[in-house]
Amino acid sequence: MAKSSATKDAQALFHSLRSAYAATPTNLKIIDLYVVFAISTALIQVVYMALVGSFPFNSFLSGVLSCIGTAVLAVCLRIQVNKENKEFKDLPPERAFADFVLCNLVLHLVIMNFLG
Amino acid sequence: MEKATDLFSLKSLKLKTKQQELLLRISILGLVYILAFITRLFSVLRYESMIHEFDPYFNYRTTLYLTQKGFYDFWNWFDSESWYPLGRIIGGTLYPGLMVTAAFIYWTLRFLRFAVHIREVCVLTAPFFASNTTLVAYFFGKELWDSGAGLVAAALIAICPGYISRSVAGSYDNEGVAIFALLLTFYLFVKAVKTGSLAWSLASAFGYFYMVSAWGGYVFIINLIPLYVLVLLVVGRYSMRLYVAYNCMYILGMLLAMQIRFVGFQHVQSGEHMAAMGVFFLMQVFYFLDWLKHLLNDQKLFQAFLRITLTCAISVGAIALGVGTASGYISPWTGRFYSLLDPTYAKDHIPIIASVSEHQPTAWSSFMFDFHILLILFPAGLYFCFKRLSDATIFIVMYGLTSMYFAGVMVRLILVATPAVCLISAIAVSATIKNLSQLVRTKAKPTQGGSGKGTTSTKASSKGALDHSLPYQRNGAIALLVGAFYLLTRYAIHCTWVTSEAYSSPSIVLAARGAHGNRVIFDDYREAYYWLRQNTPQDAKVMSWWDYGYQITAMGNRTVIVDNNTWNNTHIATVGRAMSSYEDEAYEIMRSLDVDYVLVVFGGVTGYSSDDINKFLWMVRIGGGVFPVIKEPDYLVNGEYRVDKGAAPKMLNCLMYKLSYYRFGELTTEYGQPPGYDRARGVEIGNKDIKLEYLEEAFTTSNWIVRIYKVKPPKNRW
Repeated sequence: MAKSSATKDAQALFHSLRSAYAATPTNLKIIDLYVVFAISTALIQVVYMALVGSFPFNSFLSGVLSCIGTAVLAVCLRIQVNKENKEFKDLPPERAFADFVLCNLVLHLVIMNFLG
Repeated sequence: MEKATDLFSLKSLKLKTKQQELLLRISILGLVYILAFITRLFSVLRYESMIHEFDPYFNYRTTLYLTQKGFYDFWNWFDSESWYPLGRIIGGTLYPGLMVTAAFIYWTLRFLRFAVHIREVCVLTAPFFASNTTLVAYFFGKELWDSGAGLVAAALIAICPGYISRSVAGSYDNEGVAIFALLLTFYLFVKAVKTGSLAWSLASAFGYFYMVSAWGGYVFIINLIPLYVLVLLVVGRYSMRLYVAYNCMYILGMLLAMQIRFVGFQHVQSGEHMAAMGVFFLMQVFYFLDWLKHLLNDQKLFQAFLRITLTCAISVGAIALGVGTASGYISPWTGRFYSLLDPTYAKDHIPIIASVSEHQPTAWSSFMFDFHILLILFPAGLYFCFKRLSDATIFIVMYGLTSMYFAGVMVRLILVATPAVCLISAIAVSATIKNLSQLVRTKAKPTQGGSGKGTTSTKASSKGALDHSLPYQRNGAIALLVGAFYLLTRYAIHCTWVTSEAYSSPSIVLAARGAHGNRVIFDDYREAYYWLRQNTPQDAKVMSWWDYGYQITAMGNRTVIVDNNTWNNTHIATVGRAMSSYEDEAYEIMRSLDVDYVLVVFGGVTGYSSDDINKFLWMVRIGGGVFPVIKEPDYLVNGEYRVDKGAAPKMLNCLMYKLSYYRFGELTTEYGQPPGYDRARGVEIGNKDIKLEYLEEAFTTSNWIVRIYKVKPPKNRW
């Protein structure tokens, strides 16, 4: 009975989450999709590393960190663009996107150097 | 507007108050900038423009190599002239920030057609960066409190002896540039947390990269910032800006830091860097839960979800950390930093770290010497910070408290505490003086209680009563202002005196007062190194204690066996064993290392107390740590270290004793004392009749401070 109540809780949770999430604007949903894509790419790389070993380690690190880095930067962009956040209401979204692009540029330049 | 022009007699300028304030601020900052530079020039004016101490000679040699051969050769340099026969991978075992900075300044000046020598650039790099640190301190103070506090902070840090000690002209060492990078990184990060902008976080990541390239003390940054984030999360001051600032800085900073070969993969493998990673994961979980809570708007469901996720996340994290540490993948804290947490560790386990005088715990007198009134203003500043808590003041309080703890553990780390102490004291000074001058400037207001509205009447009448009840308020404030001015003047006098007397000696050139009060210069070190350079074959190998290794390779240009890098304890222990053994055993060791010359430093004639005989017990301890045949009690008599007639027989016949006191028994050093009187130890030496069988004396400098011996080739068999 505890198990069915737990599953009922999980189902109710899932439903309410789904309905609440449907209300978010489209541009934020696109960013969320990009974050999910980046994280899954990182997970695939980690699984591959577990299968074939971690040499050369710098290449593995640069691959995984580029995925995690761009995911984190996308989350930061989402925070800054989201209309509900009071702290960022006078930050124009173009400036937020420009910062995002600049940080990604630096991230990928460093990754290219580290890739070996 | 009228008052402004009244104050300024040059009516033609007619500056508004805001412009006046700007002019004042810029001129004060300019004067502080110049002051920070010129207060560090004492030794250049008294002696000459040369590099001081030991470590800077290595930095100078590598900078010279960089400017002559270019960056690619420098980055891939394998040096066979030190640590013979092992060699040293210099490109992969140094922090390149200082050398690249000096080389960059050199190339810029050359491009502008200034024909400078790289040595002048190296000597003046530290004062230049000290001036830049005062600018960063101004901006940081402005961020923390207001521009007045910024100006005071800049002025305090320009002359604070704790910082001057490692950044005088000639002290071409990593800390000169690293403190600038440290303060810059902290300022940029606090600015990023305040504005929540990705651009500022990127800038702080670059500041962190510069710090990592400059000094091994970057570990302090990568532990303080996660601790600060944790404290903010616990206290409840977290916000979206914190997430943006920390994550961007951590990921980009970590990636940039791993480009330095010496740091390598430590950010993901070393225990000292795990706090940052832990806080990174904690933040992801924390903010994800926060976002879900905001989405759900339902308490009960969220509580259930929270329980599941938290238990999963914490268990996964704990298992990962446990497995990593147990399997040895995550290396534990290294000796240098572990001895900060457990100060007794180094003395028992790692004698090399314990023997460095900079690593000893700090005495109260050192604190007073290096900080003076800032020590008293520091708690006052903490009080003001707590009165006006914000993200920025919480940071500076944490920086101040942690750095003061570490400064108490190790003398060298007073340097890291100096910017925090200066900033916090500046807040105290600025806030106090502002309050006092406001008291001085208020005119006694007539009681407005009667004419006001009903609600304000009681308040105004009580205020009027207050004005009347403290008639000497204004005089008291003026007296306190004069007292504050006096204190600050004494601080400036103390700092300049300390700089002049204690921190401006090049330590490679010694000075003393002669019998008639004239200044006598002992330039023996350079005399010896230049003798080596000009009178020995190109491929000669020199054995000496590791203190002098860098200087011998930089100035003598000869191969050494061990030097100040101390990366190989066994090699140093071999040299220590050779110095502590009898001459025949030592000869075997020296033959196995291909040693051609032996260099010892001897202070018996001049009374110089940092010579090899005084360091000898450390040689015994380090040698005995690896070779149990060397036992420290053999060299002591009843636990006492002696060199006179009552000394232990092993002491009187070991190689170090023989090389230091060879032919010394015939020399009269002081009027009224027998020949062979050692002025540094204050005794007559025990064994005056020394005969050397396997070595011969090659050179002794004019004041007997440095003595060089040639190792004889093996005798012919018949």
